[in-house]
Amino acid sequence: MSASETEQARMDKLKLRSTLTALGMLPVLVLLAIGFHLLSGRFLSVNNLSIVMQQASINTVLAAGMTFVILTGGIDLSVGSILAASAMIAVIVSLVPDLGMLGIPAAIAAGLACGFLNGAIIAWLKLPPFIVTLGSLTAIRGVARLLGNDTTVFNPDLPFDFIGNGTLFGLPWLAVIAMATILVSWFILKRTVLGTWIYAVGGNSEAARLTGIKVPLVLLFVYSMSGLLSGLGGAMSAARLYAANGLQLGQAYELDAIAAVILGGTSFVGGVGSIWGTLIGALIIAVLSNGLILVGVSDIWQYIIKGLVIIVAVGLDRYRLKGLGRT
Amino acid sequence: MTVTASQQHVLLEMRDISKTFGASKALSNVSLSVHPGEVHSLMGENGAGKSTLMKILSGAYTADPGGSVLIDGAPVVLGDPLRAKAYGIAVIYQELSLAPNLTVAQNMFLGNEPSRFGLADRAEMRRRAEPILKQLGIGFDSARRVAELSLGERQMVEIARALTTNARIIVMDEPTTSLTTRETDRLFDVIARLKAEGIAIIYISHRMEEIYQLSDRVSVLRDGAYVGTLERADLSANKLVSMMVGRDLSSFYKKEHRQVTGERAAVLSVKNVGDGVRVHDCSFDVRAGEVLGVAGLVGSGRTELARLIYGADRKTSGEITLNGRPLAITSPRDALDSGIAYLTEDRKTLGLFLDMSISDNINIGVIAGDAKAGGVLNFARARERAAHAVRALSIRTAGTQINAGALSGGNQQKALLARLLETKPKAIILDEPTRGVDVGAKSEIYRIIDELAQNGIAIVVISSDLPEILGIADRVLVMREGHIAGEVTGSAEQPIGQEAIMALATGIAGHAA
Repeated sequence: MSASETEQARMDKLKLRSTLTALGMLPVLVLLAIGFHLLSGRFLSVNNLSIVMQQASINTVLAAGMTFVILTGGIDLSVGSILAASAMIAVIVSLVPDLGMLGIPAAIAAGLACGFLNGAIIAWLKLPPFIVTLGSLTAIRGVARLLGNDTTVFNPDLPFDFIGNGTLFGLPWLAVIAMATILVSWFILKRTVLGTWIYAVGGNSEAARLTGIKVPLVLLFVYSMSGLLSGLGGAMSAARLYAANGLQLGQAYELDAIAAVILGGTSFVGGVGSIWGTLIGALIIAVLSNGLILVGVSDIWQYIIKGLVIIVAVGLDRYRLKGLGRT
Repeated sequence: MTVTASQQHVLLEMRDISKTFGASKALSNVSLSVHPGEVHSLMGENGAGKSTLMKILSGAYTADPGGSVLIDGAPVVLGDPLRAKAYGIAVIYQELSLAPNLTVAQNMFLGNEPSRFGLADRAEMRRRAEPILKQLGIGFDSARRVAELSLGERQMVEIARALTTNARIIVMDEPTTSLTTRETDRLFDVIARLKAEGIAIIYISHRMEEIYQLSDRVSVLRDGAYVGTLERADLSANKLVSMMVGRDLSSFYKKEHRQVTGERAAVLSVKNVGDGVRVHDCSFDVRAGEVLGVAGLVGSGRTELARLIYGADRKTSGEITLNGRPLAITSPRDALDSGIAYLTEDRKTLGLFLDMSISDNINIGVIAGDAKAGGVLNFARARERAAHAVRALSIRTAGTQINAGALSGGNQQKALLARLLETKPKAIILDEPTRGVDVGAKSEIYRIIDELAQNGIAIVVISSDLPEILGIADRVLVMREGHIAGEVTGSAEQPIGQEAIMALATGIAGHAA
């Protein structure tokens, strides 16, 4: 019957579409890596790949949190500032004799508190996420500067410096933490009730409410999660640098995090996307930064090329999926 | 020109207009003629084709080939809003289309600004706006911002805008729905002035009183077909109602086996529920195994009442009891937990998650209860539920992991219904359960409703489709303007009549009976 034939054709198209969506930007990542290797001759060395992983790790952690937020149709512009404030706290607490290791939980708790505040305002006062987190971007940046009296805080004997510079079974700790973050995020998003609710709220928040989902709690969770991971990013950053500066640290990190999420194919209006896409997006950004340096492109041109690649890659992605009925 | 002469002259004639959307025919061979200076009312049930016909006139839709439109006896081609405007056709929409932050004069000339050297000429705008406002008998200043005006005043601005483009035919689609009595009187004054200028008004309304008061002639549409036109002298409520509803009941409704007797206790009791705005003092009971129909025109407050009961909106008065137990419902979650479920009338924007799988859509209301420790999803249970629902409700799909957006309308509706049923409700409110659903799925949904009733669930069905309500409901409540206007009960010997429902819904009962 022709009806069932067209039905079959439609299902085939759907399968193709979901395969393409899942594949996402992986081909772009692979092409970029091969291209840089051909141009520089040393991109794909073990040593360099380890550097790329380290460079990608903090952004990956921030982008994982950003994925939760963007999946609900929101945005978190404050991640860079939260990272700076948390890094300050990590270093300051690490200076306390004998209790230096508490710098890590302190940074994470500070990040969580900031995210919770964002989430509470967005969920209960129902203010637009863009505006709320734009405000906290500025305010928390101020707090970060206040924490160190607007100076750089140092701790050359940082008790948790292994995180920033050590390895675990040959893998940089930073990369291990980033990978663990991705796995935990994947588990929450795909294997728990909460994850399903996050997709539901992003897909159709009014329908979610009518289905009995407590939408404010879901929003509170995603912003708290983003804050918590920004705090973790702060600890990672402090561990890497043995220092933190409230003014300079984390500037414009939110843009790289958002770029990674969008490169990863997560819909800006919410409801569609995956954490694996975000990982690939973060790797693309790191590969671009690293590769362009290896090839010897000047700092100014790196910015221009990175920006254009993001636009072209997302443009290609949308164009490719458009014919398949993506909305 | 004398009145009789102008009555003879035909300003607008629409002949054999048809319009098909996909497989469904929204209009078939409808004809309509309008004289200058007359108010020609258009009546019909929801979905009879009035709006479609007017959209063809305004150029928003293109009619199927075969029909023709004549203005002053000369054939014209519409099919695009600008051209329709140039022929002097203007439509005053229900949803007002003004820019609130611009002035009255700016709105009147929006898209048509008088300009000098490419700059909008504000002085000229005001100079031209004033006489039009005066002509309409409107007291307010053309420099006021539209945001400061009441709804009724905004409507006047819309009409004034139509006059700036020398409209000769003005279509008003339910213009009084959001107006106060005083504003309505003002509108009628303006209509009288427009008539005196020789402008023809095509007036769409469900309110009988207005139709009587204003109309020179009334044309009736039913199921996309032209039924007839009555002259003012021949207007009668009975005639109009029978013209609007005169169709046969189809046979595919099922309620033969159901036996609801008065002794069965009420499951859901609603007492004096209202929100102070759109729903007032509504009370009713539904018994176990009973299907209670709720009829009424669009905007009569049916959906709003359902949303109050379900906790989707906040009620300001009244109480709800389930099996005799009073409930404190402040959110849909509360309602679901108590055993009340609600099927939205708008499955795409308020119901389904189109980008999520059919299985997720069916399970979303119960995944929390099914979850393992720590809120981990129970995939096995979800698969089981989805597979069972797909079988029980005959949802046609290649699998339960496919996105809900890929299903046809009828199957989407069944998936949404499955979601409600998984929560094991004791009372269920179905809002337009067969809207946008093909005939096959319709009869399956009727079968499901009948089964639910036989299983002792109390069911409320809101529907604009009268034959459907008559076919499946044991009892029908009729709502009008936020109140329950009455209840119609039938028996095997004497089934419920459509006339009785339409009379209550339009308010004829108190008016002409």
